[in-house]
Amino acid sequence: MSAQHTDLLIVGAGPAGMAAAVTARRHGLTVRVLDDQPAPGGQIWRAVEAVATTPRLTRLGEAYRAGVERAAAFRACGALYEAQSQLWQMEPGFRAFLTRQGKASSVTAGAVILATGAQERPVPFPGWTLPGVLTVGAAQILLKTADSVPDRPVWIAGCGPLPLLYMTQLLAAGGKIAGFLDTTPRGRLGAALRHLPQAMGRAGDLFKGLSWSLALRWAGFPIVRHVAELRAEGAGRLEQLVYRTQDGRETRVPAEVLLVHEGVVPSIHAPLALGCHVRWDARQHCQVPVLDGWGETSQANVFVAGDGAGIGGAEAAEPRGRLAALRIAARLGRLREDVAEAAAGTERAALSRALALRPFLDALYAPRPEVFAPADETLVCRCEEVTAGELRARAAQGRPGPNQLKAFTRAGMGPCQGRQCGYTMAHIVAAVQQRPVGDVGFYRIRPPLKPVTLGELASLEAQEPAA
Amino acid sequence: MFRKLHDPGAAAVTVHIDGRPVRAEAGESVAALLLRQPEGWSRTTPISASPRAPYCMMGVCFECLVEINGQGSVQACLTPVQDGMSVVRQQGCRSVSA
Repeated sequence: MSAQHTDLLIVGAGPAGMAAAVTARRHGLTVRVLDDQPAPGGQIWRAVEAVATTPRLTRLGEAYRAGVERAAAFRACGALYEAQSQLWQMEPGFRAFLTRQGKASSVTAGAVILATGAQERPVPFPGWTLPGVLTVGAAQILLKTADSVPDRPVWIAGCGPLPLLYMTQLLAAGGKIAGFLDTTPRGRLGAALRHLPQAMGRAGDLFKGLSWSLALRWAGFPIVRHVAELRAEGAGRLEQLVYRTQDGRETRVPAEVLLVHEGVVPSIHAPLALGCHVRWDARQHCQVPVLDGWGETSQANVFVAGDGAGIGGAEAAEPRGRLAALRIAARLGRLREDVAEAAAGTERAALSRALALRPFLDALYAPRPEVFAPADETLVCRCEEVTAGELRARAAQGRPGPNQLKAFTRAGMGPCQGRQCGYTMAHIVAAVQQRPVGDVGFYRIRPPLKPVTLGELASLEAQEPAA
Repeated sequence: MFRKLHDPGAAAVTVHIDGRPVRAEAGESVAALLLRQPEGWSRTTPISASPRAPYCMMGVCFECLVEINGQGSVQACLTPVQDGMSVVRQQGCRSVSA
């Protein structure tokens, strides 16, 4: 066994990746964790080790504080942690190729857990590429990692738990809010209330959300309900914001920073590149990997844990990470099958409790139809600057799918590799061709998963010939 | 666009943005530093030369590509600042040499 080989390779050091590593180490597996961030924690606990020693920890809230002990347990578990490592290719068997500090290398492992989490759902609208428009998640990362807040009162548009949490954190930090444009459509609460009995299993979280909403209402900034359309305008940067509510009223306000958020979707590029089957999740409006009860994908020994398996939040991510690690430990003979099964029972119960609020949240904050049908002039592909109008015109000629449209227009061919335009492309194709979006599929994802330079490739050490 | 809530004090480092020295805090990302500059933008696109700035801050949008210490198209949001670092706002395509 070479120094580059471990029993288990985990990609991502958020709640799922860290929990999986701790569990796998407890059963004696050798574990390597690749992380593209400089420190463990994932997005929810970004920079938590650094913040832990400062007074800022308190104002980021209890859920953030919980990351301090998780990161400490992970650091102490004996897994090999490789920060700032970008995975760009995985070969069956498994050999993973990564770039770290400008140098490419490869490592091997017997099993893989993809714990790459989620990204915010892209929200295309005219002007969303202007400097000054960011996601709410981006602003929260700026608060956690750089103690930075918008200079002037900030506009926030969208829906979901994250804007409420960020606004609460921002006010606690002394930031100012110009207004909140709530994009939750009319009638959503009624639809969501069907799921209330199940959601009561998470009454604490419901109460937390309600208390954020009430506190924000008292904070005194304008809250505009049922906002359906947005437009950002300005010469070279955001200067004004135009929004239209469901009753057709249009309002124009000066703005320097606009933060948008319409929920999160699993990161599926790595599973797709590995050939794992995915399916359309109609409740969460995204593709999710097809998984068994342990988180194993259609590819043997490739597991997905955390929000990459379907959006469930940090509390669902941890049991998912542990389940995958238990299965791998049993398969490698480090844990008796019946012991793994018994432990899995506890984890599945924890997972089910953690997911109890999800149907309520998914129904309440389902993306408004406008998210998937941007105006013709909107740039859908930010990298290659392809508009919705161009994609619509092309989608009507013959019956091309996303991959043909990618070849025709270059949409999805830039450095982000479709992470920002993939779902909009799928919805435009579906709408023009009157097909269910789940049948349209997604871009075919190929290596490299992240751009690699020729210099980095050249730095790969010569490999042993295949046996 | 953004401002920092505390003074970095002893953790302060100096980064050069387009040759101009700027104070930053050890551990924060180059993208966070760029968002505190008055210019607002951090690159122009290869297609239409329109200005862009960091958008997602977590490595998935690639809007924050800049030249760092001579290396082109580096994701500023995934790169912590270092004392003496040189950051150049990238205009259009990165050059072959960068």
